Amino acid sequence: MRILKANYIIIGGGISGLSIAYNLAKLGMDKIFLIEKSYLGSGSTGKCGRGIRQQFTTREHIVLMRGSVKLWETLSEELGKNIYFRQGGYLWLLRNEKEIELFRKYVKFQNSLNVPSKIISVEEAKEIVPQLNEKVFLAASYCPTDGTASPFDVVEAYAEAALKLGVKIYKFTEVYGIIVERGEVQGVETSIGRIKSNIVVNAAGYGAKKLAETAGIKLPLENYRHHIMVTEPLKQFLKPMIVYGSLYFNQDIHGNIIGGIDLNEKPTNILMPRIDFLSKFAKNILKVMPILGGINVLRQWTGFYVVTPDHHPILGNVDEVNGLYLATGYSGHGFMMGPIVGKVIAELIVYGKSSISIDNLNLRRFREGKLIYEKAVIG
Amino acid sequence: MDEKIVCICEDVTYEDIVKAIREGYTDIESLKRHLKIGMGPCQGRICLPIVVRIMAKMLGKNIDEIGYPTQRPPIYPIPLKILVEGDEDSES
Repeated sequence: MRILKANYIIIGGGISGLSIAYNLAKLGMDKIFLIEKSYLGSGSTGKCGRGIRQQFTTREHIVLMRGSVKLWETLSEELGKNIYFRQGGYLWLLRNEKEIELFRKYVKFQNSLNVPSKIISVEEAKEIVPQLNEKVFLAASYCPTDGTASPFDVVEAYAEAALKLGVKIYKFTEVYGIIVERGEVQGVETSIGRIKSNIVVNAAGYGAKKLAETAGIKLPLENYRHHIMVTEPLKQFLKPMIVYGSLYFNQDIHGNIIGGIDLNEKPTNILMPRIDFLSKFAKNILKVMPILGGINVLRQWTGFYVVTPDHHPILGNVDEVNGLYLATGYSGHGFMMGPIVGKVIAELIVYGKSSISIDNLNLRRFREGKLIYEKAVIG
Repeated sequence: MDEKIVCICEDVTYEDIVKAIREGYTDIESLKRHLKIGMGPCQGRICLPIVVRIMAKMLGKNIDEIGYPTQRPPIYPIPLKILVEGDEDSES
């Protein structure tokens, strides 16, 4: 059997894995192999709702996302391909006094970390989006520098840029297990044979938990199926992402409305869509924007939120296994974090520390009982 | 005009498809996302059988090996206001 040898193996060809591979190459590293069991972007990245926001409620999330938005702003130029990043903002409609009070606190905290969010009136919200139904909300939380980007184009852009820097991408190649001897990573066992490497990054999204088990590591992850739909394309009219309870929707560069709503499902590993999602989604979006009643739904699909107990990602090294790194468990926020995750994980691997600290997001927080709680999870 | 339109929803030509396959988009799911074929109102009913045949021919595979992208409901476009009627619980 042939044995390949790499310096770095990244498992998972979603935005996380691609961004990590690209950033390692950008720091001058070589022999970087990215392994993806299907096509690139086939997991949660390609199924996601496109949103990129800084309106979070914890320091860890806000600082990471502020850093990520900085990178998103110039990502098209950096990667040499338009990824259609648009800062149309996130407009979070607040339905009652209790929500307004909560979001006033969030905004204050966000402002203290230099995120320009603010509470605005119904009239101000309607200036941004005249089609909103003023009867269903009392105020809104708005951050103009939040936005959206095109997942497929981001995947292609990272892949092309990584290939140019010498990264080897193995598509349709499955990793069966991570090989560990005496607490040190030795490589991976794959469908094309064994690949040796002293550094392995598990960025395998909904497959990360099973993969980690092969290295003897238990990850506190559950896969939650989330439903999403797209309408026929319309003339551009909607700049921000609209959030209303667990409903969210935005307009993509093609003009299609893309959005979802939570069905409060239990964890599952089956990606089967449900027709009652469309009914619930339709009822809620028409409450918020009745003018869309005649618009056709083209299709619905599902994707996984890979969720941790505190809704924060697991980033960084694994104390028990030298050379093993984790970048997973984004709890629905993996796409928006992609650019910054790639940067900090690459820095951590190469320099031993990252420009933004991710110590609080290490796997060891679960062992030490130092969980971080994020309240603003949507969709 | 010599252009042969394959995907009438997204205006994708035969030449676009050949170029993308040569660039390395050699599986149907990646090609679909790269060119947005089969993602318009027809949901691929018109273009995808042709695309699969072009891929099979260029890659020297048979049609079954190329496969078909995941089919997503609904089969035909449905207006949002019609869908509302199926809902029993409006809580968001």
